[in-house]
Amino acid sequence: MTPLLQIKGLTKTYGRHIGCADVAFELFPGEVMGIVGESGSGKSTLLNCMAGHLAPDSGQVIFDTRGAGPRDTLTMSEPERRMLSRTDWAFVHQHARDGLRMGVSAGGNVGERLMAVGARHYGDIRATAIDWLDRVEIRADRVDDRPTTFSGGMQQRLQIARNLVTGPRLVFMDEPTGGLDVSVQARLLDLLRGLVRDMGLSAVIVTHDLAVVRLLADRLMVMKDGNVVETGLTDQVLDDPQHGYTQLLVSSVLQV
Amino acid sequence: MTDYNFAYLDEQTKRMIRRAILKGLAIPGYQVPFASREMPMPYGWGTGGVQVSAAVLTPEDTLKVIDQGADDTTNAVSIRRFFERTAQVAVTTVTAEATVIQTRHRIPEEQMREGQILVYQVPIPEPLRFLEPRETETRKMHALEEYGLMHVKLYEDISRHGHIATAYAYPVKVADRYVMDPSPIPKFDNPKMDMAAIQLFGAGREQRIYALPPHTPVVSLDFEDYPFTASKADHPCGLCDAQDSYLDEVIVDDAGARMFVCSDTDYCTGRQVEGYRGTNNKEGAA
Amino acid sequence: MVIRNCWSVPCCRCDRGRCPRAYAAPRGICNQKKMDAMIEISELSKTFTLHNQGGAVIEVMRDAALSVAPGECVGLVGASGAGKSTLMRMIYGNYLAASGQIMVGGVDVPRAAPREVLALRRETLGYVSQFLRVVPRVPTLDVVAGPLLALGMAEAEAKVRAASLLAQLNIPRTLWSLSPTTFSGGEQQRVNIARGFVHGYPALLLDEPTASLDAHNRSVVLDLIEAAKARGAAIIGIFHDTDARNRVCDRTIDVAQFTPGMGA
Repeated sequence: MTPLLQIKGLTKTYGRHIGCADVAFELFPGEVMGIVGESGSGKSTLLNCMAGHLAPDSGQVIFDTRGAGPRDTLTMSEPERRMLSRTDWAFVHQHARDGLRMGVSAGGNVGERLMAVGARHYGDIRATAIDWLDRVEIRADRVDDRPTTFSGGMQQRLQIARNLVTGPRLVFMDEPTGGLDVSVQARLLDLLRGLVRDMGLSAVIVTHDLAVVRLLADRLMVMKDGNVVETGLTDQVLDDPQHGYTQLLVSSVLQV
Repeated sequence: MTDYNFAYLDEQTKRMIRRAILKGLAIPGYQVPFASREMPMPYGWGTGGVQVSAAVLTPEDTLKVIDQGADDTTNAVSIRRFFERTAQVAVTTVTAEATVIQTRHRIPEEQMREGQILVYQVPIPEPLRFLEPRETETRKMHALEEYGLMHVKLYEDISRHGHIATAYAYPVKVADRYVMDPSPIPKFDNPKMDMAAIQLFGAGREQRIYALPPHTPVVSLDFEDYPFTASKADHPCGLCDAQDSYLDEVIVDDAGARMFVCSDTDYCTGRQVEGYRGTNNKEGAA
Repeated sequence: MVIRNCWSVPCCRCDRGRCPRAYAAPRGICNQKKMDAMIEISELSKTFTLHNQGGAVIEVMRDAALSVAPGECVGLVGASGAGKSTLMRMIYGNYLAASGQIMVGGVDVPRAAPREVLALRRETLGYVSQFLRVVPRVPTLDVVAGPLLALGMAEAEAKVRAASLLAQLNIPRTLWSLSPTTFSGGEQQRVNIARGFVHGYPALLLDEPTASLDAHNRSVVLDLIEAAKARGAAIIGIFHDTDARNRVCDRTIDVAQFTPGMGA
């Protein structure tokens, strides 16, 4: 089976400071990969390099495109990459305002990607938008409201709807539940799990929260100071950590 | 009395503007940056249109200048006199007799023909500006033909007002490639843009020129279930009884009585000369 | 790996007329071909290295060997701390092996790629641990239906199956829409078991399935285990309750023999 995403030798440095060093892994359809680490571990740098927001110094990000098979996205032209990020890829930001247009209604936010790929029937666009709002548990009567009137959890759910409406196959998430209340987090995690399963999504999730990763991710990578120190199945890495840093991380988690 | 170079601008400037025009004609709807000169009128008063007219005028041309369709408003009169003085070209108010027509915010009702040049005055050339303030981003969107955002604006209109509320400067897609701002002409005029004349657009303050060669396909953006309609006030002209010309609403007395008259003064006068009379004009010729 | 669709016989993975998805099937799952052993362990060793406690190295298992055939139930016995749960977790891939082989349905667990282990857990190998671990706020019915949904079964059908199992295990209907995190220990255990038996896994690992259950429910669980054996599942179980062990286990293995430092 062809991997959906192959990362090879991905490296990014800021002068002498290592952002991420020589990261490599494969991701298959339907798999969720968690990347954990503390602040400064390089996990966000890695995510942004993979998603095309940052240019790495070396390495390959090979994605199995629908039309042309596996292609290194770093060597793609900008139009191709932008098209990819509107169709097959999705990026859920930590702060909803980075991933939404705050001056546009909820329906317009969800519909934008559809319109960007050629949808031209107002009724259909609106119906699809309302359907997606329902899937992320936002009431249909909020479709014409601006995200500035939404709570943090709702904004995040709207961001997810906006991203998933074009049926992407790969979702990048940067601390998707960061800054949300615990109960809101739980609801969002439920939603994400359901969507990942129903849509057969693959996802790469960056977080510092081990509980989130245990619930959401099948596989786990632990990063420290720009290096991947351990990788494996999530439950295995958390229950039987091999590396000293992972052991430290796991033993530091507070029990409720 | 000082002598002006023909049409005020020096030849090198005209050459630079002509190059921009040629590029614009080669890529319909694409905004070509140009080195806009300081003109003897301030920005916002038609300097873009004046520079384009100055670059295309030849001594044999006949010039017409209109402002909101009228030849006799202050701006139209000033610009026409400017070219009379600096170029000594023949001037006219009759659309059919003109070879170069500079216009602010209207297309003449009279059908434009081959051999004519229509020069538009443009305030903001970028149709995406109000949704995306970054120039770097809008340039990329045009380059990559990423116009989803334009439809988002129309979507928002429909969701808020029940219909597309844009009444002027209605965005169009030209030659099936670039989305363009046709300048603040009423949307009623959009269908006229598919014409036999050359159309040139000049924005002096924003320093952009764009152009449409004759018979370029121009499509007003819309949705399949909310199609574009070129609408106007539901009245005939009070002076000449025209049913299908764009109308100005005029308050005639302190009691608030109003009259609808053709915005295109030449068109209206022409019809009256031919004998057409509107309800406000029954007594006789003015 | 061979792409295999069980078109003509009921698929032993999902008990239906045909497999919902075609993918690389581990050899030996189709009951057209019977293998000698479903679970085969040889020369298995495990060591824990505690880096944050002075690098202490603890060898907990050495040269473990075990073989379980389809339809067989093997009980693990041994003193507390001898390594019963450890062995079970290693078979599931939850713990890494220092050396040795663990073959489950043709997949060498310690050496398999992550997605192979994930596929194995989804279709072939079930695990009922001692503790119920769930995503918070998910209703009990959905928790139990989870494994079937992960296999691609339609939601309605999955819930029907989940419901029948919950009824069998005497979980009151009124609790089905609540999250099991607030249930009593015994109720949680029964939900855990329901989830473990909702899909007909060809291999099952059961860690204390009858602990904290009353006599009646214990009997229900043992019935479930016997039914699983009858359909050909290979089962490894840890039972502290001797009666339960004697009822369902065909033989027992004392793990102390594999534990360095403990007598054998």
